[in-house]
Amino acid sequence: MMTNENTLPLTDDIVLEAKGITKKFPGVLANDNINFDLRKGEIHALLGENGAGKSTLMNILYGLYQPDSGEVIVEGNQMQLNSSRDAIQHGIGMVHQHFMLIPVFSVTENIMLGAETDHRAVPNEIPLVKLDRKEVAQKVADLSHQYGLEVDPNAMVGDLPVGVQQRVEIVKALYRKAKILILDEPTAVLTPQEAEDLFRIMHELTDKGVSIIFITHKLKEVLSAADRITVMRSGRVVGTVDPRETNEAKLASMMVGREVILTVQKKPAEPGEEVLQVKDLHVRDVRGLETVNGVSFSVRAGEVLGIAGVQGNGQTELAEALTGLRHIESGHFTLDGKDLTGKPPRPITETGLAHIPEDRQRHGLVLSYSVADNMVLCDYYLPRFSKGVVIQPNMVDANARKLIKEYDVRTPSPYVSAGKLSGGNQQKVIVARELSRPVKLLIASQPTRGLDVGSIEYIHKEIIIMRDRGVAVLLISAELDEILSLSDRIAVMYRGQIVATVDGKEASREQLGLWMAGAHETA
Amino acid sequence: MDWRRFGLILLIIIVLFGAVVLVGYTRSSPIIIITSMLATTIAVATPLTLGALSGIYCERAGVVNIGIEGMMLFAAFFGWLAAIYMFHLFGFEKWPSIIIGVIAAILSGGLMGLLHAVLSVTYKVDQIIGGTVINVLAVGLTGFLNRQLFFGSGSAFGGDVPNSPGTLVTLHFPLREIFNPICGASADCIEIVRAINTVLDQKPIAISAILLVFITHYVLFYTRWGLRTRSVGEHPKAADTVGINVYKMRYANVIIGGMMAGLAGAYFTIESVSSFEPLLTNGRGFISLAAMIFGNWTPIGAWTAALVFGASQALNINMQLFREIIPPQWAFLRQSYVVGLVPYILTMIILTGVIGRTTPPAADGVPYEK
Repeated sequence: MMTNENTLPLTDDIVLEAKGITKKFPGVLANDNINFDLRKGEIHALLGENGAGKSTLMNILYGLYQPDSGEVIVEGNQMQLNSSRDAIQHGIGMVHQHFMLIPVFSVTENIMLGAETDHRAVPNEIPLVKLDRKEVAQKVADLSHQYGLEVDPNAMVGDLPVGVQQRVEIVKALYRKAKILILDEPTAVLTPQEAEDLFRIMHELTDKGVSIIFITHKLKEVLSAADRITVMRSGRVVGTVDPRETNEAKLASMMVGREVILTVQKKPAEPGEEVLQVKDLHVRDVRGLETVNGVSFSVRAGEVLGIAGVQGNGQTELAEALTGLRHIESGHFTLDGKDLTGKPPRPITETGLAHIPEDRQRHGLVLSYSVADNMVLCDYYLPRFSKGVVIQPNMVDANARKLIKEYDVRTPSPYVSAGKLSGGNQQKVIVARELSRPVKLLIASQPTRGLDVGSIEYIHKEIIIMRDRGVAVLLISAELDEILSLSDRIAVMYRGQIVATVDGKEASREQLGLWMAGAHETA
Repeated sequence: MDWRRFGLILLIIIVLFGAVVLVGYTRSSPIIIITSMLATTIAVATPLTLGALSGIYCERAGVVNIGIEGMMLFAAFFGWLAAIYMFHLFGFEKWPSIIIGVIAAILSGGLMGLLHAVLSVTYKVDQIIGGTVINVLAVGLTGFLNRQLFFGSGSAFGGDVPNSPGTLVTLHFPLREIFNPICGASADCIEIVRAINTVLDQKPIAISAILLVFITHYVLFYTRWGLRTRSVGEHPKAADTVGINVYKMRYANVIIGGMMAGLAGAYFTIESVSSFEPLLTNGRGFISLAAMIFGNWTPIGAWTAALVFGASQALNINMQLFREIIPPQWAFLRQSYVVGLVPYILTMIILTGVIGRTTPPAADGVPYEK
């Protein structure tokens, strides 16, 4: 199954090759003698945890970094890639994880930016040359038609859904005549449906001769979409494998370097009293639309209620309403018997709420604060940490050191700003802060979004430990696998309403998928 | 510029003009009052328009410029100084001296732009602080040099400010010459043509300002330069990934912005009057910023906003002509400071809500780190 890449049959249709790439950053060996190749018309997945060196390698291939040693060979010619401009000229295009699009520009303007006159027979270098918006829009329409990437050339990018913005990025690369496409974590921001659509597009592109490097840390995706998989770990290539000859468990252990338990081990739930009761809740979103439209449910102590649903069906607003972050139009909810409708976050937190928010960087942490300060954000004012109005640094310090050890947060010191940590460690800081307090209810929104396998395993384990301690858990996730493996009961949200509730053991992927798509007549 | 905003502007201008007509109609015909108000409005809006364009170039490229006031003051002084030196010490004729003065003003504005670019693009100094440095520096330096060069011991002009070579002259638009034969004997026709001519006959910098509004509009929204400028102001990283040199674009635009403020400076000491006094810009740079924001960072929007502020100054100037005939029940209007407050009150009102939402460029004020 696992083959060293040198023993793979050498084919002469290799379009891109990296040989012995080494790149050092102060204190880190990001790439250690990496060998990697890409064949014409294939999807070659690059799999690895955060910090494994995938992004460094891609930035070298895209000309953004220069390697300390090693060479990049494009279609048989050794290349010196000094900037992204060089890479573009050699037919390499990149779709960054965070899109490089300008929301207030139209699709056409975004695509032509930096290559304004490339559609002309004789490109023009005069700064004040007039933009030929119509001609380029036509060309964009042709390209999107040719590759099955539907985009409206005249739409404003900011108005488009994320999935369509990604298509704009791909068209942007194709417009620059890219033959090699690097997709950096392309599914991280997509709904399952959008991801499916992306895989269809990727295959359409490879059929037309485009070669794709697909960077990800999601195991299911590589197995279904890739032709070859190269796994990286701490700056080195662990091996290149054929997806038909491997499975999730094997890939996970290659990525992490140890056995990983992908299925969550849990004993049957022992539900107690109802901790959270929600009655006919109505909530409006930022735009004033009623996105939670009469939701009622309850969560009992010692059980996990999973809320499944495609993103944007009111889950975000539901979580915000229950944590006191969003105004409730009507309806009410009680926590531990107390009606907390319309209360600000502090009394709700003090009643026993732990909240792992959906956007950990914006709502979970103050990125510029230290890890230690972030760990006391909920209770810095209590006698545990403060005498009167003065915070006691030694108590904050002791708390931080204890939690860092207990929750295995990988940080050089408690005083590093939270923004400097990796996504997985940031999430651990939040989990440590929220779960180390006496809590009765845990609301976890998308708790593992964007995390690597090791961190996912860890967070899942913590959620089940809390459940077994008698905490009521409300799990909101767009990842169906996560919902299925953790939940004792599953509720499906569609257009602001709960359209079905089923027992976790009896739920099937297919049925949940149908409900999520709105087919609740069958319920 | 949306219609609500445009309607608001029209309303304010009508109210301001109407006020003067109401007071002065017994002495002059409304058409004469309105055309003279219009002519004054366009003239006094000139530095505001150019100041707003200065802000637009900088901020569209992602650099906040609150140093417009200082750039104007700096350029007003050095433009005027250059004209005097050329005329008195280097023996140039009147017109070459004046023109060199204008060029010197533009260049010194550009130099201040360069300083702002070095501070904010290369050294990533907080841009509000960078702008404040320029404002403080301009006040200090122009005040100091003004004293030292003209009143200090051993100054080149023996302790007296010499006469400047003069101001730019009004350019006559030959409307009368074209239409008077057509009007023939109709007195009304001749009167109307004369009135329109009053509005159109403006000085060169005032005319350039209006041309620059439309040139800037075209450059920003219809050319490669504009697309790239706006891209580095919205999302510099995206611009960088498609091979655009963010630093170069920002430098160039901030320098161009400085030159716009420089031309505005020339308006004060070479077009409007021919003398310099410390602090003569008198907050116009900040009002330009208000005009830029009111116009939602668009040249035409900012221009119309500058016209509103211009109209309120025109109100002040024209009211004084009719001071004695202001009816006694409105006697408080005879105090020039009452009417003089109008531009500042308008700035406050306009900036505190009536304009609704404006959206600055997304990366405005954020230094770019590669």
